[in-house]
Amino acid sequence: MMINIRDKGASIWESWSPPARSGFVLIVITLVALLPYAGSFGPTSFLDTPISSYQAVLVYPIALFVLMGLGLNIVVGKSGLLDLGYVAFFAIGAYTMGIMGTMTSLNTWEILPFGIFFAMLAGLLLGLPALRLRGDYLAIVTLGFGEIVRIIALNLSVTGGPNGIVGVPTPPPVLGQKFELEDHAGYFWVILILILLVIWMIRRFTIRRPGRAWEAIRQDEDVAALMGVNLLVYKLWSFTIGAAVGGAGGVIYASKTMFIAPDMFTFNTSILVLACIVFGGLGNIWGVILGASILAYLPERIRFISNARQLVFGLVLLVIMNVRPDGLLPRKKREKIKQKEAV
Amino acid sequence: MNLQVLESQFWSLCLQGIALGFIYVLISLGYTMVYGVLRLINFANSEVFMIGTFATVVAQVGILQNQTDSQSLHGFRLIYTLVFALLFSMLICGFLGILVELVAYRRLRALGAKPLGFLISAIATSIVLLETTRIVTFSRPQTSPRLLDKWSFGEFAGANFRIDTVMVIVSGVVIFVVLDRFVTKTRLGKAIRAVSMSEENSKLMGINLNRVVSLTFFIGGLTTGAAAFFYTTVYETTQFNVGFNLGLAAFTTAVLGGIGNLRGAFYGGMFLGVLEQFASAILGSQWKSVTVFTVLVLVLLLKPNGIFGEAVQQTRT
Repeated sequence: MMINIRDKGASIWESWSPPARSGFVLIVITLVALLPYAGSFGPTSFLDTPISSYQAVLVYPIALFVLMGLGLNIVVGKSGLLDLGYVAFFAIGAYTMGIMGTMTSLNTWEILPFGIFFAMLAGLLLGLPALRLRGDYLAIVTLGFGEIVRIIALNLSVTGGPNGIVGVPTPPPVLGQKFELEDHAGYFWVILILILLVIWMIRRFTIRRPGRAWEAIRQDEDVAALMGVNLLVYKLWSFTIGAAVGGAGGVIYASKTMFIAPDMFTFNTSILVLACIVFGGLGNIWGVILGASILAYLPERIRFISNARQLVFGLVLLVIMNVRPDGLLPRKKREKIKQKEAV
Repeated sequence: MNLQVLESQFWSLCLQGIALGFIYVLISLGYTMVYGVLRLINFANSEVFMIGTFATVVAQVGILQNQTDSQSLHGFRLIYTLVFALLFSMLICGFLGILVELVAYRRLRALGAKPLGFLISAIATSIVLLETTRIVTFSRPQTSPRLLDKWSFGEFAGANFRIDTVMVIVSGVVIFVVLDRFVTKTRLGKAIRAVSMSEENSKLMGINLNRVVSLTFFIGGLTTGAAAFFYTTVYETTQFNVGFNLGLAAFTTAVLGGIGNLRGAFYGGMFLGVLEQFASAILGSQWKSVTVFTVLVLVLLLKPNGIFGEAVQQTRT
């Protein structure tokens, strides 16, 4: 029998009273928010990677991949639509920031809604034809879309072609918090706020009509349609909301690195995000966070074996998938167990 | 836009497209056979192809000691080299296919994993294959010695019937027909089709499921290996990252023809090969894949199960 840590955690959580729960949530959020300052409480140098400090790694890749993983989780984990071109929405957000940031006087916070909007629009335009297709066909169409966005960025002049866009402006200060290249805490908090918003959104959706519709679609499309779920509408919602999260991540990423180029948005990134959520546990917020933290961090940490790091990454992924095919923290099985007990 | 080529090179582009299409068809069989039996996308197949291209080079340079700068071969020695390299590449890829199944699929199937779990384990396997090759070859492109003097059988309607083009097309037809006969006529082929119809029932009929699955991966590997040999002989160079684009095109081929359908893959490959040639001639090669995917989306919109999607249902029942 596999140990299901997630169910154990959930049963402890259920035994707590509401004030205890909110208190716990507040403590966890505070502790996570203080992560950039972990250095003042103890040594963090062992977490540094060969090319960047612990604080930098916390922002990119870890926090950004958690954000993207949560976004893709809505599409793949919640509604069971296999999207292999998720990086396209990330790229659209990043290029929106790059182009608007260098050509207009708008700042990052004003461009953020535009980035989200364009990513959602792309999700809608792609989803309208693609979401009528069966699962495996959707996979290849989204994969193709991801490549198309990259090729277009590579061949247009407005995106700077293969050279990309240099000098993307950093965000202006908010509440006295400045955003500078070597100051990572500000970016971390911005992404953390986005992550918390997404988690809150997913939790609200899950217990309401869209979440139940997604769950029904994931389990059996035909049955869902028979029960009166409008498949296309709810699939489109799932797809565009996922795209919006990717777009938001892209805007922040472009604004942080100040430089974007087409080769940052390859198929490998889509696969890495997908691997994060399957590795952690599909459809489960904690699993996604855990999976993204590990898989985003691991290749950076083992940079010292530079040549073989992707090989080690592949081997680790292969072994874990063989040992725990449903991910580290699988989807909840509590309902099933409870039903069995009731019988 | 360069529409003149339509007039001047129409048949030439068609011929090259068909030759390229056969390479796609042979690789796509590695996807389509596995999909037919397991209903899973065999993502590692693109790297099996990549290993096949290196196997071809190894067979020629390492085993038969043909040097890159030496004279082209003639007569018996030429045929022997071609056949040996072809079989070597096919067998290496065939056994690699079995290995991929053992490593990435067998245990997950026993545990009853979900399709996405298989996808990730297959991708992990392809990362391992890709990275191993990258490290072993120091990321350098490998040149394959020129086997064939690229002499031509002559021109017909502006199309140049070069020996390598003709070889790819003729051998492609032969391999495809043999495989098609095998799947429709022989006992093992029938077992494969039975499993693709119903796993449960074929188990009840006494079919050894694991053996059939291994066999499917082996056959998919064989055809992929043949494609790798043709690719290396025609283009005479390979690199560790050669698999991605060709794998993608082959996967598109399988989807166009209705994934899981052998004959569909054939038409899908022809269509895609010719389309790619025309797209790169008219719009420029950088827009090639954009055109291909736009067409793919349009085709899938009109025929959501691929061009030959329905036909597969009929042949199966």
